Amino acid sequence: MATSLRAAADGSPPPAPPSPAPGAPGPPTSSWRSRLYRWDLRLSPYAYVAPFFLTFAAFGLFPLIYTGWLSLHRVELGGDAQWRGLDNYTALADSEFFWNALANTFTIGVVSTVPQLLMALGLAHLLNYKLRGRGFFRVAVLAPYATSIAAATLVFAQLFNTDYGLINTVLGWVGFDPVDWESSRWPAQIAISTIVTWRWTGYNALIYLAAMQAVPQDLYEAAALDGASRWRQFLSVTIPSIRPTILFTIVVSTIGATQLFGEPMIFGGSLGVSGGSGNQFQTLSLLMYEKGWVTGALGQASAIAWVMLLLLLLIGAVRLLLARVNRKKLGA
Amino acid sequence: MRTSSTSRSRQRSRHTARAAVAGAVACAALITGCGSDGGSDQAGDDGKITLRIGTFGSFGYDNTTGAKLYAEYEKAHPDIKIVESNVADGQKYWDTLKLRLSRNSGLADIQALEVGYVAEATGPAMADKWVDLGTTGGSEIGAFLDWKVKQATTPDGKIIGLGTDIGPMAICYNKDLFAKAKLPTDRAAVAALWQGDWAKFLETGKTYQKNAPAGTAFHDSASGLFNAVVSSEPVQYANTKGELDYENSPGVKKAWDTAVAAAQSGITAKLRQFDEKGTWNAAFKNSKFATVACPSWMTGIIKDQAGAANQGKWDIAAPPVAGNWGGSFLAVPKSGKHAKEAAELAAWLTAPAQHAKVFGVNGNIPSTKHTLTSAVVQDAKLPYFGDTPVGRIYSQAAAGITPAPISRWDGQVKTFLTDNGILDIEQRGTDPAKAWENVKKLVEDKIEQ
Repeated sequence: MATSLRAAADGSPPPAPPSPAPGAPGPPTSSWRSRLYRWDLRLSPYAYVAPFFLTFAAFGLFPLIYTGWLSLHRVELGGDAQWRGLDNYTALADSEFFWNALANTFTIGVVSTVPQLLMALGLAHLLNYKLRGRGFFRVAVLAPYATSIAAATLVFAQLFNTDYGLINTVLGWVGFDPVDWESSRWPAQIAISTIVTWRWTGYNALIYLAAMQAVPQDLYEAAALDGASRWRQFLSVTIPSIRPTILFTIVVSTIGATQLFGEPMIFGGSLGVSGGSGNQFQTLSLLMYEKGWVTGALGQASAIAWVMLLLLLLIGAVRLLLARVNRKKLGA
Repeated sequence: MRTSSTSRSRQRSRHTARAAVAGAVACAALITGCGSDGGSDQAGDDGKITLRIGTFGSFGYDNTTGAKLYAEYEKAHPDIKIVESNVADGQKYWDTLKLRLSRNSGLADIQALEVGYVAEATGPAMADKWVDLGTTGGSEIGAFLDWKVKQATTPDGKIIGLGTDIGPMAICYNKDLFAKAKLPTDRAAVAALWQGDWAKFLETGKTYQKNAPAGTAFHDSASGLFNAVVSSEPVQYANTKGELDYENSPGVKKAWDTAVAAAQSGITAKLRQFDEKGTWNAAFKNSKFATVACPSWMTGIIKDQAGAANQGKWDIAAPPVAGNWGGSFLAVPKSGKHAKEAAELAAWLTAPAQHAKVFGVNGNIPSTKHTLTSAVVQDAKLPYFGDTPVGRIYSQAAAGITPAPISRWDGQVKTFLTDNGILDIEQRGTDPAKAWENVKKLVEDKIEQ
């Protein structure tokens, strides 16, 4: 595809030359036309990709740079910026609210990502069997992903309500004491992780399913001939074959977990921004929002944004490293 | 020469056209920056001026459930059309307003201000953004309670807000629950239980809890109690110079100690007031607590949340100590296109006659002296509360108010003290000393930049 395009661009002569033979005073127009044609060929691709890059510059690059600039200043919402150097960053290092938010982001991330990916793997494996109504199940599995964060969280917040929630009622039937799903640290984090897991499991399952279907059937047949059970096949054939996909989902989920915002915000109700009365489920994004829009300290909020960006870049670098190791292992 | 000049001018016009298109695109892209809200400011095709008024909670002006003041004003001023935009949550309203003020964009012609934020509005960062309503005329400043005017006055003497209501406080109690707990139900006898001292209020709570129906608590929330106690203190979050000094304030200490004692003795239902999840509202409906600190505007909330099923069960008694919790102002941003007309409307809406009308419909206690003592207020009763002389109770409480100096950080510090400090003790059993340290850290971290 690319070569043929390039051949057309470089090789084919402008279509005008053959025509001016009859000696008509054509040349000026035809050369104008050919020049136009060449420009068209050379420049239109840039015009076609321009909207993306313009949008990216306006909504991606500019905010990024501007946030970086803000993070080096003391900026009060509505006030003028004053140079502060790296003070905002050193202040973060001294702030226990920042470390608390970082730790919460990490724990909620782990509690939501690990079960989510394991369940997605299992689901994908089941969906990979020939079963009746497969199409229905595949769509059903994606339904939570199509639900808006706000709607899902509102429903779960009701389910987890300490006084009137269904979950505590059911726990009561079984004979457990009601769990304080909002004001205790671990129950609150588990409740939020549940929402995240519920929303993303199906999405990841479909990605795994797609990868699984690309695994050659011969491998399974050979394994079956060797007497491998279904479970053995899953461990020894499926998992190694889709390892790059698993790595991809781990990275995407980790990025998602680092930016977790909507779920704890809405789950916490009026206390959402501060992540509960004792900041027990305040994530980095929530801390950033609180700094920026509730207390109006835009410089400090920007510093948090940049720290988050650096964290994500770090995760990206680790992924690259792992992918390289993985490729070596596969012998590619 | 001629042609070249025309061609150049054509070229230039093409340039400007392109620039205009680019500008329009940029504008469309940055909708917020281009003040799309400003559109309705312009006079409409029928020559009418549209005045927009931004409010939060319930001001009782609107034409459907309120006192229909807009309709009345529009009738008297055929060239004016009034549009109200209302936000339920006062904190969110203020956060948005602050952002818009900082950019002078998206503002309504009149903006309501809550007393907790009025010091920030009169402070150095914002004072210049408001019209001085003391000089625009149309309003009789002397008619307002003196302290109400003082709260909205900048250090150099500009009056940036006209008082709407005030928040004199009483205690609302559930007669049914009181009877079941073998406490008196008559409002004078109830008031006598705790008259003059918040400590007595706590004692009553303990007595209640001994005989109380299972699953109910004496008071709704320790943070509500904190607000009630601090509202009745002459020194609150700020010192006499209007600087934040909550750490050394006797009022804050008293309120903190009282709220902590209430939380620890288990007489509260451990709720958060105005919780968006509606747990507090549900507790009204299910009669989970027997008392709630009750500024005048709270009566409407009880009526809405407890609902028709509980009509007649609630009554209002005098508080241990009189206080003022809440109350608002109307302010006019300078950047508005119709600042003059807006100032006139704000003056009319806050005039004594309109105060009386709003009180009659919505129960908002007026902030004008004469209206407070008028028969309309004195003899007022609310059907939901039976024969309770609501107007007399609240106007008496209003007379006992000692207004405290306020600082620009009051609203924020109050949120930390209640939502983080006290709620943390109440719900998670955190040690009070540790919770206090935590509040101090929050203030340091989030307020002093």
